Order: sequence, then C-alpha cells, then structure tokens
Amino acid sequence: MAEIRLQQLAHSYSANPAGPEDYAIREMTHIWEQGGAYALLGPSGCGKSTLLNIISGLLSPSEGKVMFDTTVVNDMSPEQRNIAQVFQFPVVYDTMTVYDNLAFPLRNQGMAEAKIQTKVQEIADVLDLQPLLKKKAKGLTADEKQKVSMGRGLVRDDVSAILFDEPLTVIDPHLKWKLRRKLKQIHEQFNITMVYVTHDQLEASTFADKIAVMYGGQIVQFGTPRELFEKPHHTFVGYFIGSPGMNLIEVKPETGGVGFGGIHLPLSQALQQRLADTKWSTLKVGIRPEFVHVWDGPFDDAMCADVTYVEDLGTYKILTLNLAGQSLKVRLQEDKPVPQGQAWISFPAQWLMLYADEFLLEAAHHVPASEVPHE
Amino acid sequence: MSLTLEHVSRAVDGQIWIDDASLSFEPGSFNVLLGRTLSGKTSLMRLMAGLDKPDSGRVLMNGKDVTQVAVRHRNVSMVYQQFINYPSMTVFDNIASPLRQAKMSKDEIDSRVRETAKMLRIEKFLTRYPLELSGGQQQRTAMARALVKDAELILFDEPLVNLDYKLREELRQEMRQLFETRNTIAVYATTEPNEALALGGTTTILHEGRLIQSGRTPEVYHQPKTVLAAELFSEPPINLMPGRIDGNEVSFANFVHFPLNVDLRNIGDGEYKFGVRPSHLSLVPSNDDDLELAVTVELAEISGSETFLHVRNEHFSLVLHLPGVHEYDVDTPIRVYIPTHKLFVFDQQGGLIQAPGLRMARVA
Repeated sequence: MAEIRLQQLAHSYSANPAGPEDYAIREMTHIWEQGGAYALLGPSGCGKSTLLNIISGLLSPSEGKVMFDTTVVNDMSPEQRNIAQVFQFPVVYDTMTVYDNLAFPLRNQGMAEAKIQTKVQEIADVLDLQPLLKKKAKGLTADEKQKVSMGRGLVRDDVSAILFDEPLTVIDPHLKWKLRRKLKQIHEQFNITMVYVTHDQLEASTFADKIAVMYGGQIVQFGTPRELFEKPHHTFVGYFIGSPGMNLIEVKPETGGVGFGGIHLPLSQALQQRLADTKWSTLKVGIRPEFVHVWDGPFDDAMCADVTYVEDLGTYKILTLNLAGQSLKVRLQEDKPVPQGQAWISFPAQWLMLYADEFLLEAAHHVPASEVPHE
Repeated sequence: MSLTLEHVSRAVDGQIWIDDASLSFEPGSFNVLLGRTLSGKTSLMRLMAGLDKPDSGRVLMNGKDVTQVAVRHRNVSMVYQQFINYPSMTVFDNIASPLRQAKMSKDEIDSRVRETAKMLRIEKFLTRYPLELSGGQQQRTAMARALVKDAELILFDEPLVNLDYKLREELRQEMRQLFETRNTIAVYATTEPNEALALGGTTTILHEGRLIQSGRTPEVYHQPKTVLAAELFSEPPINLMPGRIDGNEVSFANFVHFPLNVDLRNIGDGEYKFGVRPSHLSLVPSNDDDLELAVTVELAEISGSETFLHVRNEHFSLVLHLPGVHEYDVDTPIRVYIPTHKLFVFDQQGGLIQAPGLRMARVA
C-alpha cells in the first residue's frame, strides 16, 4: 500500500520535443494519497491512458519521477511495483475454477494452502463469489468474470494500488450500478489506493472521492464531484461535466464588471481588482444551466432573453434562450411556469464564474462555493 | 406523405419478431420507436422501408398498398448505428452519391450537397475522406447522405449510440431542428427513454415484438396505460411498490401506513401497485402530507450534474433522481419523501387506474 507521487512528471513520445504540443503529458506534480478512491477522467486523446501506463509501469516517463512512498519506481516493472490492474475486458483463466483463479496470485508467492484458503474465502465473501467458487471461470457472465478479476487484485496483502481501466464497459447496463456499489464497498473495507480511469462522468463521480480531470495532457482540476459541478476551475471542466454543460460566453471588461452585446454583468470589487492584475487574451463568463434563475414574469433587474427552444424531459425542461445574440441553456423544474416567447433571467453572483484564458479567476478572498446555500 | 402499418406480423425461423403491429404516421411527423435491445425496433423499421416483407398485414404509403414494392422503388433513406460511408470517396462525393444515382444535374447536386453539409456543420470537411474525421463528423456525413435526397421516409436506427454523450447532446437537438421544416416522416429508434423525451413528436413503445402504447410523446409518458409502459418509459426505472387501500388507510408492502388523502380518495378498497417516478422523490418534504420513509443508501450514482440515489428498506428498494451533486457513503441511513399526488396507481393486472394529477404544490 502506498502513496503515489508524480514529481515534475512529463512524457513525450517524440525523441526531441520542441514545444508543449509534443507532450502527451505536460509537466505535472500530483499526489494520489494512500487509501484514496480516485478517478482520472477525460475525453479520448487527453493523455489519461499514457498517465495510467506510467503509473502502472508499462511506460517509463521521459521526464520526472514516479514515486511509491519514498521509492522512485521509474525503472520498475508492473510486477515489481505490485500494482494490480483491472481492464475493460476481464482477464481470467477460463479453464480454472473461480477458486483457483483467486488463489493464483497467492500460490505464485508460495503461500501455504491453508492460508490461501482463508484469504480466498474472505475475498469471495466480499465479492459475493461464494456460490461460484467451484465453477470453471469459462461459464461465468461478464460481471462475474470482472468480479473475479478484481478479486485477484484484492486477495494479495502486498498490493500498492489497484488501477481500473474502464472496468464496466462490457457489463450489462442494468448490472452496472450493482458493480459500482460493490467497488465503493470494497474501497471502504480495504485501505488500498484505487485509481479509476474513464471517459464517463457517471463512472468517475460515483466511484471517486476526488477526480482528476485531464484535458490536453494536463490535469486541469483535481476535486470532489461537487467541486467539479459547482466550481469548475477550467472551462473544459464546465463543458465536460454536466448535461448540458456550463454556458460559456465571451465577454469584455467594463467599468464595474464585464459585458457582452449590451448586457452588463457586475463583478465584486475584489474580482475586478484581480482581473485588472491579470494578463489574459480571452475572457469568458460561465454559468451552469441549473443555476440560471428564471423569473415568473418581467422583472426590473432581470435580463430579457428570447426563448428559442423548449426540450421537455418529462419531469424537467431544458430551455434554449438567446440572450443578446448568445445561446444559453437553462434547466427549469417541473413545477415552474414555462416562459412563452421571452424569459426574464438573472445570474446569481455566487454561480457566475469568470475565466481568463480558460482558467477560473477568483478574488483573493472568497466564500467557497460549497458554503453558499442553494437558492 | 403518410405511412400506415395494418396488422403487420413477421416471424423468422418460427420465432415471432413482430406481432400484429398497427401504426400510422402523419406527413412531416417525428416518431420515436422506444424499446430495449431485441424488442423489434429494427425489424419494424425494415418492414417500413421494404427491406423485409411482412408474413401478414399491409404497409400503405399515402393510402397506397406498397407491401410488395421493393425498397429501391420506394423513396426511403436509412441511417444506422455504425457510421456507414464510402471510405474511398470524399465527404462531398459521399453526400452526393444518392443524387448522382438519381441523375440530378451537376449544379443542382453541388448546391444541395453544400446546403445539407452546412445544415449539419460539416461544410468545412467536404474535400476530406471519412476516416480523417471524428466519429461525430462521420455520423453527420452519413446523416447528410440520408437527408440530401428529400426521401419521403427517413429511418434512424439508434444513430447516436456510438458517440460520446457530449456529441449526442448536440446532435439530438439538431435532429429535431432539421425536421421542423421538412415534410418527411422521420422514424427514430432508441433504447433510451430520455432520448425519446428529448426528441418529442410521437413515441411508440415496443416490447418483445408487440406495440405496447403509441401516441404523442408527453401523453405516453404522463399517461402510461400499463405498468409495463411506465417501466419501459422511465430511466431510471419507475419505482413500484405493492400496496392496499383499506377504508381510510393506505399501506405499502404492509409496512408503511398512512391515512387516505384527497389524491387517492376515488380509487376504492383493494390491492394495487403504486408507482412513483425517481425524479418525484425528494430528500426534503414538499407538501405537508408527503410520506416519510426511513431508508438506507445503497449507492449514490453521480452523473456530473445529477445524482441517482439508490436506497432501500427491508421491504422494497427505491431510486431517487436528484438535480445537483449529493455525496453519500454506502449504508448511510436517511429519510426520503414521497408526494402522494405524484403516485401512479395500477390494478393487479397492471392496468392504469390513476396517473398523477396536476395538483399544485401546497404550502405546508
């Protein structure tokens, strides 16, 4: 069991990288603490597979260090690192029974059969594999096989970490949540560092206490599911997390705030100061569809937008609005009246984010979003 | 044009694939076929297109019997799950191919291809080859080919299933906008209730080769005729609890008892199935007569901006669909609230007795 530290790590597949675009992983220092449940989330091509391979030992980074506790493991193989991996497709020995599959890593270590039996029984209990122990792995369903794969990782006492690479891809949709629950329970029972790699926000947010969102070879935010939703640190996080994603609008600075197309959005003194002290080339505001306030009728301090489309999703609606030439999505609860033609909206200050060159700009002293009550 | 299926059935190797389906689609309508994998969606579409012939029943286009007319003599387009394009042709030539087969003039082909490509936002890629494009752009190319020729009937067989969810969000909305001004009948097959809702129009629910219910999408959703229709048109699945009304008392699973209130007064004594949608359950009461249930958390599934909270007591399990992020440890005890005015009531055979009315939230 170990803390995994990535120290000034970077990786380029090119022998002579000329600039940042030649790096699959841009320089980063990142710590996965011992015993944490983490996810590495990002779209295809973001570098998450490269990073996973660097942690597991399939790939040696071109720059920086990978450390397990105080040991540099750059040159160690996956076996030497004692990393257990669960892949998309379950890896089991079809001709062996479930019991022998689970016992396999322990027999390799030369453990006594009596002790092996105790360990295997213990893991089979946790994973609900008891009734299957005598069955050949060949006849198992995909979710049962995947549980055997996980069991082979959990059965060893000396595992540093378990890495999951999209482990639920081949699982039947209606069984997925049961396996997700099993994974959560396992993490609570075993004090093992777990890193779960996926492109799926549901998989990541359900499993992990903290999520590293990767985009363009960088971790653009490392936070809890609530932080990613309520306070995206990067426009990509705002866009990628949530359905629909965050509304992002390019703005220009104005006296007392920012604006676009004749719409003025005031900013706090502190944030105005911060903006004045920052160099940037593009400036955007972001607000999530869930946080746009829709008034029941015309209201003096509200902005007036045209309703261009209403998507009725049964128990809530997604409105598409046009506000001064900008398209905007708004989530409307079932019991709220649906605005006809025009909608009167406002952006509550605590949910309006400001992004300079795609990164969140915050006033020096701010109230954390999680301490602000919902409207 | 209109499309009508009259008592259409088809069996393959003694297995019934489509069982006595009767349906009618109006000109210019957008129609969703909703059903799980193998429910008969693709089989039904193939019958509509003329790719397969029914064993019995008739297919009518504009009132004319076309049951025996082959697909190439009908004006039909189809878009599949897999993006099917000609890899050796440019995007332009891919989109133009149905028009060239129809021997259209060069100028007209050029203007129609550009117009369609612009509509689908792939006009920048016309000189590229399909394999140089992203998945979403490839599927847009396949869609453009289906849309370019003004088919009377366009069939979409789960066209977005292989795309990531951000692209699906975008294309789903474009789909509706594309068809708003066209006189084509669009038929769209999906396994996802939320996609059916988002696409609107009409929805026909299929299950094991049979049509379960058909009508305007919001009507089918809000007034499911049977438990099965409610279950198939709800994601996450609708919560169902066995229950009884006895005099002035209602009970669920012989476990939760509460006084009969205005919402359930007209039903009468007996055994029922009560249903409530996951999005109508909440963590705080919204009415003074909401039912309070003590439950434990099985799992909080968080999907970025929403939470699916799985909970259970010793008698039944429930799923809550909550806006926002709600983090819970497994096995945490919590209380959840069921608003009685949001309950569906079904009889023992599964027939709908009462759907939630429009009672407005009362102030506690």
